[in-house]
Amino acid sequence: MSTDITEEPTGQAGDRPPGRRSFSVVGKRSRKYDWHAKLTGQAKYADDLSLPRMIYGRLLRSPHPHARLLRIDTRKAGALPGVFAILTGQDLPTKYGILPSSQDENALAIERVRYMGEPVAAVAAIDEWTAEEACRAIEVLYEPLPPVMSIDEALADETPKIHDWTRDRNIQKEVLLEFGDLEAGFAEADYIFEDEYFFEGNTHVPMENHAVVADWAANGHVTVWSSTQTPHYLHRELAKVLELPPSRIRVIVPPVGGGFGGKSEAFSHEIVAPVLSRLSGHPVKICLSREEVFYCHRGRHPVKMWIRTGVKGDGTITAMDFSSTLDGGAYGSYGIATTYYTGALNTLPYEVPRYRFRGRRVFTNKPPCGPKRGHGTVQPRFAIEAHLDRVAENLGLDPAAMRGHILVKPNTWTINHLRVTSCGLGDAIEAVIERSDWTRKHGRMRHGQGIGLACSVYLSGAGLPIYWNPMPHSGAQIKIDRGGGVTVYCGTSDIGQDSDSMLACVVAEELGVDLDAIHLVTGDTSLAPVDLGSYSSRVTFMAGNAARQAAAQLRARLMDVAAETLEVPTDRLAAAGGIIFDRQDTARQLPFDEAARLAEARFGTLGAVGSYTPPRLAGPYKGSGVGPSPAYSFTCAAAEVEVDTETGELRVRKIWVAHDLGRALNPTVCEGQIEGGVYMGWAEATIEEQVFRKGLHKQPSLLEYKIPAAQDTPDIDTVMIESDDPEGPFGAKEVGQGPLAPVIPAVTNAVYDAIGIRLTSTPITPDKILHVLEARRKRASAAV
Amino acid sequence: MALLAEHGTDAMLMAGGTDLLPNIKHRVATPEHVVSIRDLPELQGFEVSEHGATLGAGTRLSRLEHDPQIRRVYPALAESASLISVPQVRAVGTLGGNICLDTRCNYYNQSYEWRQAIGFCMKRDSPICRVAPGGDRCWAVASADTVPVLIALRADVEVVSGHQERVLPLEAIYQDDGLEPTTLTFGEIVQGIKIPPPHGYVTVYQKFRLRQSFDFPLVGIAVSIRSDISGIVAEARIVMTAVASYPERAEPAERLLVGAPLTEESILAAGNAVFRQAKPMDNTAGTIFHRKRMARILVERALRRIAQLPETMQRVS
Ligand SMILES: Cc1cc2nc3c(=O)[nH]c(=O)nc-3n(C[C@H](O)[C@H](O)[C@H](O)COP(=O)(O)OP(=O)(O)OC[C@H]3O[C@@H](n4cnc5c(N)ncnc54)[C@H](O)[C@@H]3O)c2cc1C
Ligand code: SF4
Repeated sequence: MSTDITEEPTGQAGDRPPGRRSFSVVGKRSRKYDWHAKLTGQAKYADDLSLPRMIYGRLLRSPHPHARLLRIDTRKAGALPGVFAILTGQDLPTKYGILPSSQDENALAIERVRYMGEPVAAVAAIDEWTAEEACRAIEVLYEPLPPVMSIDEALADETPKIHDWTRDRNIQKEVLLEFGDLEAGFAEADYIFEDEYFFEGNTHVPMENHAVVADWAANGHVTVWSSTQTPHYLHRELAKVLELPPSRIRVIVPPVGGGFGGKSEAFSHEIVAPVLSRLSGHPVKICLSREEVFYCHRGRHPVKMWIRTGVKGDGTITAMDFSSTLDGGAYGSYGIATTYYTGALNTLPYEVPRYRFRGRRVFTNKPPCGPKRGHGTVQPRFAIEAHLDRVAENLGLDPAAMRGHILVKPNTWTINHLRVTSCGLGDAIEAVIERSDWTRKHGRMRHGQGIGLACSVYLSGAGLPIYWNPMPHSGAQIKIDRGGGVTVYCGTSDIGQDSDSMLACVVAEELGVDLDAIHLVTGDTSLAPVDLGSYSSRVTFMAGNAARQAAAQLRARLMDVAAETLEVPTDRLAAAGGIIFDRQDTARQLPFDEAARLAEARFGTLGAVGSYTPPRLAGPYKGSGVGPSPAYSFTCAAAEVEVDTETGELRVRKIWVAHDLGRALNPTVCEGQIEGGVYMGWAEATIEEQVFRKGLHKQPSLLEYKIPAAQDTPDIDTVMIESDDPEGPFGAKEVGQGPLAPVIPAVTNAVYDAIGIRLTSTPITPDKILHVLEARRKRASAAV
Repeated sequence: MALLAEHGTDAMLMAGGTDLLPNIKHRVATPEHVVSIRDLPELQGFEVSEHGATLGAGTRLSRLEHDPQIRRVYPALAESASLISVPQVRAVGTLGGNICLDTRCNYYNQSYEWRQAIGFCMKRDSPICRVAPGGDRCWAVASADTVPVLIALRADVEVVSGHQERVLPLEAIYQDDGLEPTTLTFGEIVQGIKIPPPHGYVTVYQKFRLRQSFDFPLVGIAVSIRSDISGIVAEARIVMTAVASYPERAEPAERLLVGAPLTEESILAAGNAVFRQAKPMDNTAGTIFHRKRMARILVERALRRIAQLPETMQRVS
């Protein structure tokens, strides 16, 4: 046998085919599918694409955060040599938006601009320089309106309305969900705690700036290459705004240099590029500058939160009342979903028998907020875990032990109808306690040093699609060629998270071939079946299951012919490393490619499709669509910090993280995802903030919007907990987003352990630390 | 020189270009011509020993950082260079460019569109300063890391133009004006610097920034002390960067130190004097509150290092 087979005594759990005893690919460390292209610079990102006769587009953006758009005169710009086409808002009147309930954006603003950086016109020209000159030559007459720049301003009595349709001030949406008898819950409590928190907004900062190439061919076929996480949704929105039959549009996703949620909906440049191509008769490329990426945003909402919890003396929660106000920026984006997400997962990972959630989202004159890694759950998680740390302290309980005590149990339902299947959080907490030497450190380190801990939960894919439809969330198609090559077609968008290798791994495992035998066609709306996109940590679970389902059908055909040829019953057969063999007499073998030829002769061309639709889990109440997931991942993290009490500087020395991902399909990649999430969480906890001054983004550059560098990054100790989910592909759940959330409260709680002061807003900057230390010193000296 | 003469004020000098090129992209510098002086042989001098140093303006920051002689004789200079940005920038950025670094401001180091949106500012394209709109001056910040150290080391600068050459204290080319941070006139080139022997002086540089790479200083403090045999401070230089439009000497603090030994008390007094003097404006990252306190702490830490006292004093408990 060429491949090493780990014997594993399981076999019958869940949908696992009977008789499956071991893994040959799953769980093995391997390189990413496209490692070579990326390492050698051969990977062609959208910006690397070049088509014959291609020209360049650019967007003119509003200099005002809020203004009426009185007139646009493009004549001078149009007369410049080298300018091919110019578009303004009137050319693209159809509104769009990622959520059916928030169709509120125009590709180019009409009548009103609502944030500084909002596109108002687009130009295609012979080169980028000329396009930029042309943008400057466009004359726009604005009537500035007073901007609304914060939650408080948006809720002020006299606030100017950003969207005329809002009924109450600038409130876009208000939600109220109540489960169980809250009053009774608080009456039952031994203690009641109440706190307020603020989470500052921040943005994704993917390495690759957004870029698009569009070609409107003479035959009316439109091809769009775009760095997007959601080719299917882009496809739909293009059809809507361009008013074209979707059958004429093809969206292709080149390798994407990171998204983190920031490339999950259609953007102006993606919509105007094909139109500029139609008008000019040339393919058009638009690459955004880093500054423009800050204006696209759709990042983490700033959120004000209030929480009230009733607890028993042992920490058991009797009731929780939670409210959030989100600063949504100028448009809807995913915001209504985000609003629900600030409430939906708060009944996990601890038992919350009675729960009320009140949430609202307001409009402000800032770039629209949307989903960033951990979508809407990161802010409340910060609040809840910091709050519980205070609860534990007041009850005289160890915060880690208290959490372990109040955890949800596997295979249960929460009060708001979330179904929990596998849950390895208990093991995760234990791993973190042990590896971080928690018990010896917590509350026992010298002043200025501390350790803190927190837990979190995340979805393995949203249970419902973004637009209602009864179709699968993910589809895959597999064909096997006569040489034993296996090609997988799936509409997934690999944004660096390595969904490509995930598909290869699942299919290789199912068919018993090496990874080398797998070829992939992904991220193409014409060549591959729909996958809804790389968001909500859904791809491994959903596309993985779809691909596996397709592969299982082919496996059955191959096993049939192998059983016949080897004269062994099918249930004794196994496949690994490109060989089908008898498990009792491993010398009886049939090479995979030979089996493929025999099967093709017998069954005809070897192809199969698979699809995945999540189980219907939503509860019987309005708003129940946000929260359900076929499986939840769980994380525990601890952070050890050192605070320089003179300078206020905070050093996070080490972060321990244990993440229940069901199964690590490729441990190396999973660790990478966990470390990436931890890095991002720690950055949000300590330094990142998207702030505005005088109506403008204060720091739209990588020099001044601080994302930490390698030197700053703490040591990360990663543990993967394999709870083997009954419905995940080979037991796998999500790993891409969950590990971020607990890091922020873990750091916050560690700062409390270090200096004895609870900080209630992010990021924890040296300035904030010095302020609270000085205030305490003043209080102390006033008391003398 | 001839090129400069030919193109007049349409031309700008460029050495490594790590400051100029971003400024050109932001359209705050709009030269028609760029004259590369990076490889001029006259700017490549490099002699270092106990008897002093002559360093050409073309010296790369990475050389200042790594050269064993500099590290031995002027460790604070090597340290300050090592704290600039990232290795890639240090590999091309030069000493001359650092000396002539444009002043910085987060209303100014922005794209054309961003500056247009705010209505531009006095340093470029408008009569109004966005930081202090009522005033009549620009408060952009002197942000070079090597300059405070060089001034603390009492370096001289050699300036050439045509066939003229003048040598003056480095400190003397700076002025408290964010618009025109140096007194160099058009056509003058910094050829190099001369540093006197370090003998008897102990010099230390302390920099505060939010990240441990990339970032310009939010406060930088260079301190140089010469003490006599009995430990009495005979000479003190304290130079601050990033809190004013020029590298600012902390003279009140210097005076407090001279004539007495370095003690906890004298160090705290100097720290207080620096705290009172440093007047950062709200035009960099960080906050005024914090940067002002950092100025005090950095000067105290520098002095403690020189006096070989423990690094920090636990102010808060
Ligand atoms: C991301 C980033 C971070 C940075 N961080 C720091 C930092 O932390 N600390 C810091 O000090 N600097 C920093 N810099 C600025 C810069 O890299 C350094 O100051 C560097 O030393 C500039 O040298 P240069 O040769 O590249 O200058 P150039 O860009 O070539 O020139 C800068 C200016 O000086 C003039 N000039 C250059 N040489 C001469 C000469 N010999 N005579 C007269 N005029 C001359 C030029 O005309 C220009 O106006 C940073 C830059 C970047 C891009
Ligand atoms: S200090 Fe004022 S004038 Fe100077 S660059 Fe900043 S905003 Fe412009």
